[in-house]
Amino acid sequence: MTMIFGVPAAAFFGQLLLGLINGAFYALLSLGLAIIFGLLKIINFAHGAQYMLGAFAAYLLLNYLGINYWAALFLAPLIVGTIGALIERYLLRRITHIDHIYGLLLTFGLALIIQGLFTNLFGVSGNRYPVPSELSGGINLGFMFMPYYRGWIVAIAVVVCIAVWFLIEKTKLGGYLRAGTENPALMQAFGINVPLLVTLTYGFGVALAAFAGVLAAPIYSVAPGMGANLLIVVFAVVVIGGMGSIMGAIVTGLAMGIVEGLTKVYYPEASNTVIFLVMILVLLLRPAGLFGKEA
Amino acid sequence: MSKTYEQLGITDLHAYYGESHILHGIDLHINRGELVTLLGRNGSGRSTTLKSIMNMVGRRTGSIVINGNETIETAPHHIARLGVGFCPEERGIFSSLNVEENLLLPPTVRSGGMSLDEIYDMFPNLYERRKSVGTRLSGGEQQMLALARILRTGANMLLLDEITEGLAPVIVQKLAEVLTQLKEKGLTILLVEQSFRFAAPIADRHYLMEHGQIVEEVKKDELESKKDILNTYLGV
Repeated sequence: MTMIFGVPAAAFFGQLLLGLINGAFYALLSLGLAIIFGLLKIINFAHGAQYMLGAFAAYLLLNYLGINYWAALFLAPLIVGTIGALIERYLLRRITHIDHIYGLLLTFGLALIIQGLFTNLFGVSGNRYPVPSELSGGINLGFMFMPYYRGWIVAIAVVVCIAVWFLIEKTKLGGYLRAGTENPALMQAFGINVPLLVTLTYGFGVALAAFAGVLAAPIYSVAPGMGANLLIVVFAVVVIGGMGSIMGAIVTGLAMGIVEGLTKVYYPEASNTVIFLVMILVLLLRPAGLFGKEA
Repeated sequence: MSKTYEQLGITDLHAYYGESHILHGIDLHINRGELVTLLGRNGSGRSTTLKSIMNMVGRRTGSIVINGNETIETAPHHIARLGVGFCPEERGIFSSLNVEENLLLPPTVRSGGMSLDEIYDMFPNLYERRKSVGTRLSGGEQQMLALARILRTGANMLLLDEITEGLAPVIVQKLAEVLTQLKEKGLTILLVEQSFRFAAPIADRHYLMEHGQIVEEVKKDELESKKDILNTYLGV
């Protein structure tokens, strides 16, 4: 059997793949958080609940309307993103003039309400969502067995992350977003409808969370608490990458997934805490985060 | 172009930041094609007057008519669309955008704005540094960028806040030439200015401000006769 640093190759690559998959979710979620924080200056504590809503939207679409995975991949983010836009328009906008900490509290409260509601309706135990038939099965790569669906998650997450990065860093609309992040009052004085931009941005960040939720549905159980568990790690990832940096969120997300996966191979006891250790180190050495700008 | 067309008419404007009452009943009128300055000491309310026109202050009452439209209830992003270009005192160059992105950022609000080529002709430095990050420019270049940015949009009324502040004399001279060119093109300009020597040769009229009120209006041909008043309020 091939060994890598004293570990069987199959185990090594298996954990590496698991790490990449977790990293893909960290990247998608921290990307949405970073976009929202950039323009709204709000730490969106409802992000985990919105990720869960995405998974549930896919689950409900399939079971009640017979809408398949591929359609849900577009529809669920659209539906949940619209809910997000409404949350911004009718709740968050009312508190923009006061301390941003209230935005954190409001979204935290919303997350509790949404999770409570879904626990009430569907119970705490998870619901199964089938892997789409096109992606069932897998392939033996020689050094490991890779299920197609897991490869798909990593690939599509990277594609979406790069597309979002391109949208924000290289297009006119993204220019509005970047400039609005710096100086919204001046943007409005130039004739740009900043309140609308804020609503759409929040909706977009939420849609990204819902997209991640749909991706997660076939491999994790669709449960009301699925996002809350993930969100704590994602916040650590955002702190490591640096608040508000788009590329930082993507790279750090994937990297932390891999770090976590490899820790599982070499020192499994630390795998749940390694990201937080990295966070502490980064905060000590570069308080603004690896990709963040010093204030 | 008729000299009597009133581009900006402000009547009994009061402005507030939270509990502070900053402007106490401003009356100010500018005809199309005029270059008018707001002179006064720091804190006299000149910048607040510009920001009030843009609806960037906490609260305002009174009347502000721009190109025949009452705007006291108008949202900030609709005001630019009436043909107003605002250049803030802090210049507001975006550090996440390069020079060209900064130039192209403000949306077109009217037809007839300057093209990118015309702007680069007017400010050759900006062409040379078009790929640099906006905030890496020198103070003078940043000021030119802030001004150039609103010339592209087609705005026919410019609100310029302290554009010569802290700049070298050679750049101040360049800005005076640019303003003269813009005036010849028929643009209406309201200029908040600290330097009376910069403002005097190029402006048609001056409003003197103190404690959030307009205390005196001085026309170009009255500069000599009202010298004492100017001295009192500006200490020139």
